[in-house]
Amino acid sequence: MADGSQYTVKTPPVIEPGHTFGTIGEKISAIVLTKPLSLGWIAGTLLMFGVLQMMLFAIGYLFVKGTGIWGVTIPIGWGFAIVNFVWWIGIGHAGTLISAILCLLRQSWRNSINRFAEAMTLFAVSCAGIFPLIHTGRPWLAYWLFPLPTTMGVWPQFRSPLLWDVFAVSTYGTISLVFWFVGLIPDLATLRDRAENPLARGIYGMLAMGWRGSARHWHRYETAYLLLAGLATPLVLSVHTVVSFDFAVGLVPGWHTTIFPPYFVAGAIYSGFAMVLMLAIPIRAIYGLEDFITDRHLQNSAKVMLATGLIVAYGYFIEAFMGWYGGDRYDAFTLWNRLHGPYKVSYWMLLLCNIVIPQVLWIRKLRTSPVWLFLISGVVLVGMWLERFIIVVVSLHRDFLTSSWGMYYPTKWDWMTYIGTLGQFLFLMFLFLRVLPAISIFEMRTLLPEAKAE
Amino acid sequence: MKRQPIYGMLAEFDSAEHLMEACHATNKAGYKKIDAYSPFPIEGLAEAIGFHKNRVPLVVLLGGLFGGIGGYTMQYWMSAVDYPLNIGGRPLNSWPSFIVITFEMTILFAGLSAALGMLALNGLPMPYHPVFNVPRFALATKDRFFLIIFSSDPKYDKAGTRAFLTGLGPRSLTEVPS
Repeated sequence: MADGSQYTVKTPPVIEPGHTFGTIGEKISAIVLTKPLSLGWIAGTLLMFGVLQMMLFAIGYLFVKGTGIWGVTIPIGWGFAIVNFVWWIGIGHAGTLISAILCLLRQSWRNSINRFAEAMTLFAVSCAGIFPLIHTGRPWLAYWLFPLPTTMGVWPQFRSPLLWDVFAVSTYGTISLVFWFVGLIPDLATLRDRAENPLARGIYGMLAMGWRGSARHWHRYETAYLLLAGLATPLVLSVHTVVSFDFAVGLVPGWHTTIFPPYFVAGAIYSGFAMVLMLAIPIRAIYGLEDFITDRHLQNSAKVMLATGLIVAYGYFIEAFMGWYGGDRYDAFTLWNRLHGPYKVSYWMLLLCNIVIPQVLWIRKLRTSPVWLFLISGVVLVGMWLERFIIVVVSLHRDFLTSSWGMYYPTKWDWMTYIGTLGQFLFLMFLFLRVLPAISIFEMRTLLPEAKAE
Repeated sequence: MKRQPIYGMLAEFDSAEHLMEACHATNKAGYKKIDAYSPFPIEGLAEAIGFHKNRVPLVVLLGGLFGGIGGYTMQYWMSAVDYPLNIGGRPLNSWPSFIVITFEMTILFAGLSAALGMLALNGLPMPYHPVFNVPRFALATKDRFFLIIFSSDPKYDKAGTRAFLTGLGPRSLTEVPS
């Protein structure tokens, strides 16, 4: 609103003017091919690699000692592992939303953020997948979850939401990977033709599989891409729905509600967009990509965050309302326990982080300021983590029988594993930035007016 | 089919617009075996080179049906036939609890068929292709647009096709060895 009345405010463009097909490819592929390794990148990668090693150490010790090194006890058998699993899976959702749902809705502004958002999805799912696996206690028997013929002659329990979750998450991971790779093929061909280093040319050439941009190929490619988007759309909505079934199908007060599926999905997208912003803001500043990831993208992401945040707020409200109105004394107690129990600080922090603070996004000035958006996104990520903590721990620690109440205190191993997955996530992200084009080159090209022919 | 020493005649254009016009003109001149190359998808280009038969949707449909029917059948067979568990007389074919996995398997198989079907129908991976023999073809993934008339086209003759393509005003014109 620098130039007066709000009615003359111009929407920032999706791509800054002055670009040609060549400069788009040049600018994006330069990050991978020609830019020298900066000290910051090396330091960041090594640091995150170290944090990843911490996780491997914590998991190694876990395998030696067993889950007793964690804070999980009875009645809180789920603890950090499930909190972090749900948190990471939720973060992944924004990537698929951006790449699939916004593709179907023809929101072409998504073209510059879908690639790294999809990468974010993959890396987040890879972090999420670790937790239920190690939480089984005997991860070497994890294949029992799949319907494989064994000498025991038994099959998995298909009536259990936990098994649904195995199928939902593994399908989600697979389809995200396929979608991402299909999107990469034409760009890999661009890198193959631009690379000077014979090794790089060979590797990109193999990955591009001989893509040559034939009109026939493009035609089938676009059909396949659109269909994948159409398939990924119900899939992404189903994943967090199924995750919420893990809770909602159980009888524990605080879990057994029908609001869970929609509110889980909204929460997932909420935290996912927060992560997208936390990654996009530094990436575009460091690699000078302001031409492609413009203020329009930041603003739109902020608006999605604001909208999904309000849905989440509605979810909290309905949970509280039902606790009071439903007349079930255990539900009512769960509500009281959240507000006044031993974990009340986390609940009030949750309301502050997820509902109160993000409302500042109504202010245009803050919504368009990268620094503010970065900070608010961080707050939302903390809030969404607290939400899962409250759902898992606060619901479990005091249920029907006062004699079986308990408290949950995470141990240093819990924290090391959790922080370690952050290291894994950022380490993979650092590698991705310098190895693959972080922005879809061919989709950016289609945004230029010259890309249309009569 | 016997391999021909010459694969086709490749013309390079500066813009998507120009390529589209050239494709229409080539089609009109009676050439049927042609292809076009561009750094990004161009709407209508496939039609302009006379390509209409797109089997990707069929492959995806079949994959989805296979995944859905297979997914349900698997659960039914495992829970009701191979290892039935009678729990308080509840029905063995408890279909509502089978819906989620049936859905996931539908998406999984349809999605994999979309990606693998697209690659297979496109004949990828294909490590060697004659057009890559042309050094300027590296620009096909950057900012240039190419049109090829295959030598297998009945109307193809070296001098005539060269003259025809020159008439379209390309930036460069190359005979592609196979």
